[in-house]
Amino acid sequence: MNRSDHVTPTTGGEARELRLLEQAWRHPRGIFGWLSYTTHQAIGLRYIVTAFIFLLVGGIEALLMRIQLAVPNNTFLSPDRYNEIFTTHGTTMMFLFAVPVMEGMGIYLVPLMLGTRNVAFPRLNAFGYWMYLCGCIFLYWGVFTNAAPDAGWFAYPPLAGPQFDPGKRVDFWAQMITFTEVSAMCVAAELIATIFKMRAPGMTLNRIPLFCWSMLVQSFMVIFAMPSIMIASSFLLSDRTLGTHYVNPAEGGDPLLYQHVFWFFGHPEVYIIFIPALGFVSHIISAHSRRAVFGYPAMVLSVVATGFIGFGLWVHHMFATGLPQIGEAYFTASSMMIAIASGAQIFCWIATLWTGRLRMTTALHFVFGFIAIFVFGGLSGLVLASVPLDLQVHDTYFVVAHFHYVLIGGALFPLFGAFYHWFPKMTGRLLNEALGKLNFWVLFIGFNLTFFPMHILGLKGMTRRIYTYPPEMGWGAANHLATIGAAIIALGGLLFIANVLLSRRRGQIAGDDPWDADTLEWAASSPPANYNFEYLPVASSRSPLWDPPEERAIVTGLRNDRREALVTTLMDAEPHHRYVLPGPTIWPLITAIAVTVGFAGSVFNGWYIFWGAGLTGIGLIGWFWPRRPLELKP
Amino acid sequence: MNPRIASALLCGVVVLLGSCQREKRDIRPAPTRLAIYGDAARESTLRPGGPVQPEQIVTNPYNHSAYDISEGQRLYNWYNCSGCHANGGGGIGPPLIKKDWIYGGQPANLFDTIVKGRPNGMPSWGGRIPEYQIWQIIAYVRSLNGEQPASATAGRADTIETNSQNLVNRTSGVTK
Amino acid sequence: MSRVAFLVLCACALTSCAGHQQSAVDPAGVQADRIAHLWWFFFCVLIAIFLAVMAFTLWTLTRRHRGIEQEPLESKHKPSEATESRLTRTVSGLVIATVLVLLVLLVSSITTGKNISELRDKQHGLIIETTGNQWWWQFRYLNDDSNEILITANEIHIPVGRPVMIRGMSQDVIHSFWVPNLHGKRDLIPSRITEEWIEADHPGAYRGQCAEYCGLQHAHMVFWVIAEPPEKFKHWFDSQLQPAATPTDPDKLRGQQVFLKNACVFCHAIRGTTAAAQNGPDLTHFGSRRTIAAGTLPNTPGNLGGWIVDPQNVKPGNHMATIAVNSEDLQPLIDYLESLK
Repeated sequence: MNRSDHVTPTTGGEARELRLLEQAWRHPRGIFGWLSYTTHQAIGLRYIVTAFIFLLVGGIEALLMRIQLAVPNNTFLSPDRYNEIFTTHGTTMMFLFAVPVMEGMGIYLVPLMLGTRNVAFPRLNAFGYWMYLCGCIFLYWGVFTNAAPDAGWFAYPPLAGPQFDPGKRVDFWAQMITFTEVSAMCVAAELIATIFKMRAPGMTLNRIPLFCWSMLVQSFMVIFAMPSIMIASSFLLSDRTLGTHYVNPAEGGDPLLYQHVFWFFGHPEVYIIFIPALGFVSHIISAHSRRAVFGYPAMVLSVVATGFIGFGLWVHHMFATGLPQIGEAYFTASSMMIAIASGAQIFCWIATLWTGRLRMTTALHFVFGFIAIFVFGGLSGLVLASVPLDLQVHDTYFVVAHFHYVLIGGALFPLFGAFYHWFPKMTGRLLNEALGKLNFWVLFIGFNLTFFPMHILGLKGMTRRIYTYPPEMGWGAANHLATIGAAIIALGGLLFIANVLLSRRRGQIAGDDPWDADTLEWAASSPPANYNFEYLPVASSRSPLWDPPEERAIVTGLRNDRREALVTTLMDAEPHHRYVLPGPTIWPLITAIAVTVGFAGSVFNGWYIFWGAGLTGIGLIGWFWPRRPLELKP
Repeated sequence: MNPRIASALLCGVVVLLGSCQREKRDIRPAPTRLAIYGDAARESTLRPGGPVQPEQIVTNPYNHSAYDISEGQRLYNWYNCSGCHANGGGGIGPPLIKKDWIYGGQPANLFDTIVKGRPNGMPSWGGRIPEYQIWQIIAYVRSLNGEQPASATAGRADTIETNSQNLVNRTSGVTK
Repeated sequence: MSRVAFLVLCACALTSCAGHQQSAVDPAGVQADRIAHLWWFFFCVLIAIFLAVMAFTLWTLTRRHRGIEQEPLESKHKPSEATESRLTRTVSGLVIATVLVLLVLLVSSITTGKNISELRDKQHGLIIETTGNQWWWQFRYLNDDSNEILITANEIHIPVGRPVMIRGMSQDVIHSFWVPNLHGKRDLIPSRITEEWIEADHPGAYRGQCAEYCGLQHAHMVFWVIAEPPEKFKHWFDSQLQPAATPTDPDKLRGQQVFLKNACVFCHAIRGTTAAAQNGPDLTHFGSRRTIAAGTLPNTPGNLGGWIVDPQNVKPGNHMATIAVNSEDLQPLIDYLESLK
């Protein structure tokens, strides 16, 4: 049976099957029901919306900083408040926005792109989200009780140690890390399982969409990198509350140990944020230039290479600590080498754009913006990779400029492009294109106005993390310009929100496939039903929706009276067995609350570990209590 | 004049002068000596004739404040309290981690001790360091005794190893 | 186009900051000079790459209506085999070119790194032990003769043309010694000794700043490196070694008494008096310094008065105690301290 022949049945056996399917996948009602959702679309959207809220919060923190720095010797913020704000800004953006939003997009899109009904572990998915949310609330509970962390987003000891950072500020930071890293690991585990084992039949490794490859690589990176920061933050937390000496120089500990362990996570972290964005770019380019991305094998190998090499760069954050020259030379080489992989991808994309038939939608505007800004940021990264140059610009505004160029250009612009591209799929309506293009230009101009002068400020000696500066240094003009740019970025953010609010109610109806795109998510309805596809599709090529209709097949035979999906083999995606998915359940939330009691309480009193463990045990018993899968009577 | 008479006269003058102090009768005390000292940091709870007025409670304004306990820790080392009291275990001076305080262990008592000094070696710091720093040091000393909340007390100190012998093995960044 | 113009303007802005304090592109020492040369090399190469990539990217916009590949795209969503193989060759060539460019950058970087660490004449170098504190700098000029060890704070003088080794330590948290006109930075890490050689080529006053976030007043942890001709340096050094003389002027003598009878002596040392504490900066030759409080204020009597009376106003959170000095005591104290040249 092929797709174009299929119309929604209303009578007969097929209609009855469809009704069963809808009933099996129906969301439970009420608040209790809402808290029990385990469908990937709902949880993906929750991640995205929550992360977006924290993008706004982080943005407000950035505006406060820019107001303080707009003129020399400003007194808008006290030094203590400024230190709290820049720390919280970095922490919020990195841990509460950037990684979760990419995960949210992954959770939403990957099952759709793979042609399956849900992620491999729906309850773990829900648990991961609740842990993330509890982490956000935990950190901001600290922020609102004058215990916002103030030792920088990487919290180096001894400054972040018990003697030089009294109170609970850094403890809130360190424990929030634990929450978000548990959440990230849950998502990583389920995405790997989904991508490996729940693909549509016929979707060999060679045909997996590029975004799914990105999420696969990113998930492996999470699994290897996150434990490293859990160790680092545990060193810090344990030194601060239990009196250990991991990083206490006086008793044989070593502040540099913390730096190594932190940056072993910290460098892969930025690739964890950036690699999914590369996936967005590939899909936007292929859809809006009407051809598949050039060089699929090269693209996949580049992403995998980036993932691997990304683990071998971390010492470039420590070039000023006086490590041996030859060691530093190796890290210069690897930091430059990773540019080859990113460069190959850029060349492939330009080749695609060169030979495609471009449709200049807002999403494609953001992709062009990405290329401009990310390439510039990557090139300034080569400056930082060089040890002599890094010794001058490390810990100055040059670095601030660099990482904002690569993170905003490399991750945020593709993310906005992805929002414009997939909003019709998620909501059924298109975002307004005119407003979208205005949105793009405001963001692009505001961004460059804010961050470009910072390159110059860094070369002129302005160090990072200073709450003020004297007028005679000549930094005032560039700072003033940057503050104006920040206001323009804020305007861009507001424009986006306005576009979303307007288009949700009155946007043009999108239909299933407004862009005539190639991957499987565009075969589902807009927004997708809870079960995604009435019949799971078969992947006939890398761009299944561009194959002639007679080549496109569907899978029949899955039960519709309970939640079922198909598990396929790893390499060639041949159907292997049917997999029963759990229905809605409150136990992931209960378990997450139990774990939160343990984590949050232990910052104040070690005994909470035991109470938390006990409660978690109860939660897990409820979670895994054997139940028959819901089977509906026809 | 006859020497004996002169010496007798001299003795008489001396005796007269000496008896001035001895036989003094100051019926009316000088106004400057009328103050009644209400020492807040009393040692005894017994008051003859019943309590005079509500007991003045002197509390540490920096109680429970993590920042001030930390500052107290810094000042404890900078002002060399550790020179006699080590890190609370005592050495030349008595330990500061204990239940039975010679001059009282309440914040008000500790304030008096630091300001006035005590016999057998405790210097008087009054007149030198400002009052707020004394309270910070008191908050720290009380935290050593567990009298401050655990959440406001540092888990451990970061005392820096200053023995250069131990530093030698960690020389790094040597550029040839 | 406007981006190109913008970039050119910025390049000009950068070069126009020659003669500017604390600028990495205004070198006054041999190492900063070599780093600046490497910077300009990188700048040229990277800007060229950026402009090339942007040119090709923007050029794709002009191609979008060309009909060359129209037919295959419309029906099959992929261009012809010939196009694909041409693209393969081009992209492969570009990747190889990338590798070569990166190799050039790598080699130039490592070469410069070796050059800046090979200062000639290091055996005649001056060694200054630098200890970072929250939020000031202690400097000790090391010498085999213990009578020639000079301890000072926040400002060092060095002889022009002679290598100086900065031996870095920290008393509390991680700081970073950075004087961009002379060299890159080196972190000062507690429990470790880090070392960096610097050398000034011209006389001048070079501003440096702590470059590793170290707490509340990281923004105000500045130091000055004054490079002088060798004779002038020797003269300065010898006069700094002298202890402070007891003042003969009654006003300044009174100032000395105020200093000694207040809490000042618990943190500050003035050689020649009984004050010998090392918690805070050494004040023996305070009057000869350009700034107060590690570069926070210029060293003038008015500023000094304001600093002594209310240090938390100028540098909130710093570790200097707020001592209530009487109004009759303040002026003599200021006069005394400023007389310590």
